Amino acid sequence: MSDNNDKLHQVFADSLNIDRKRITDSLGYNTIPEWDSVAHMALIAALENDFDIMLDTDDIVDMSSVAKAREILSKYDVQF
Amino acid sequence: MLLANKVVLITGATRGIGRATSRLFAQHGAHVVLTGRSQDQLNAVQAEIAEEVPDARLSHLALDVSSPESVRDAFLQLFKLTRRLDVLLSNAGVLDDALIGMVTPDQIRRVFDTNTYGVLFCAQYASRLMARGDGGSIINIASIIGVNGNLGQAVYAGSKAAVIGITKSLSKELAPANIRVNAIAPGFIDTDMARSIGPEKFAERVASIKMGRAGTPEEVAKVALFLASDLSSYVTGQTIGVDGGMLI
Repeated sequence: MSDNNDKLHQVFADSLNIDRKRITDSLGYNTIPEWDSVAHMALIAALENDFDIMLDTDDIVDMSSVAKAREILSKYDVQF
Repeated sequence: MLLANKVVLITGATRGIGRATSRLFAQHGAHVVLTGRSQDQLNAVQAEIAEEVPDARLSHLALDVSSPESVRDAFLQLFKLTRRLDVLLSNAGVLDDALIGMVTPDQIRRVFDTNTYGVLFCAQYASRLMARGDGGSIINIASIIGVNGNLGQAVYAGSKAAVIGITKSLSKELAPANIRVNAIAPGFIDTDMARSIGPEKFAERVASIKMGRAGTPEEVAKVALFLASDLSSYVTGQTIGVDGGMLI
């Protein structure tokens, strides 16, 4: 796993307060109680801080899964 | 120095209340990021304030608050420039009055695009930047017209009443992130916008003010300074009138 992929999984686990083992590419927004809209904004803040970026509002709304998050972060020059 | 080391972004910074607040905030040690639609006017105002306040920390960014793309681009530039934001003053506004039977859809869209949607677009990005730091203060310029309404101003009043609702809602949503959100409802302030109604109407409006004069942009700026600084550290969700006892 690349450093940034590792970092991405850790951010998800910390922000959603779930075990890292539950972080898979298919994990989706609103598919588990821990990933609701409030947690989503906390996740966004953590992603922005840890990867030192500022996301477009459209990308925040589009970030519907772990895989999608990786795809979106790649647009901001985060290498996976 | 009430705003030492604070980063402040001011929309509509080239004239009136925005310009006066930019100067006052610079005097109080803030790094003031002036924004507006005209690059030439931004250059000119930045140069003027730099001359008036020799130690001022000033930057400027082109920004049309009615355009979500422009807001996004400006905040991305701000992030690259400062990495943080402590205070947002959403001041950019337009006035385009007409009796209800003569208001065009384009007028309605134009007024709401700037006065209302612009406040929302800026708050979206500002709150995220503030949440990454220690919190912050968002100050929205509403209007006494948005509180009380006025004939011939249904559109403007609606756009500014919406700002008050937005302010109250955001104050609740953003309080856990230590972001305070307040509004100022100026009465009749002697600005280019106020002068645009013509001398007769200007005199009529002044006659409706208990203090017998129009307010100055500097008097609004002082209230903005209070809301921006820690002097108001437990104040959120409020709309503060600055109107000299104006009756509408």
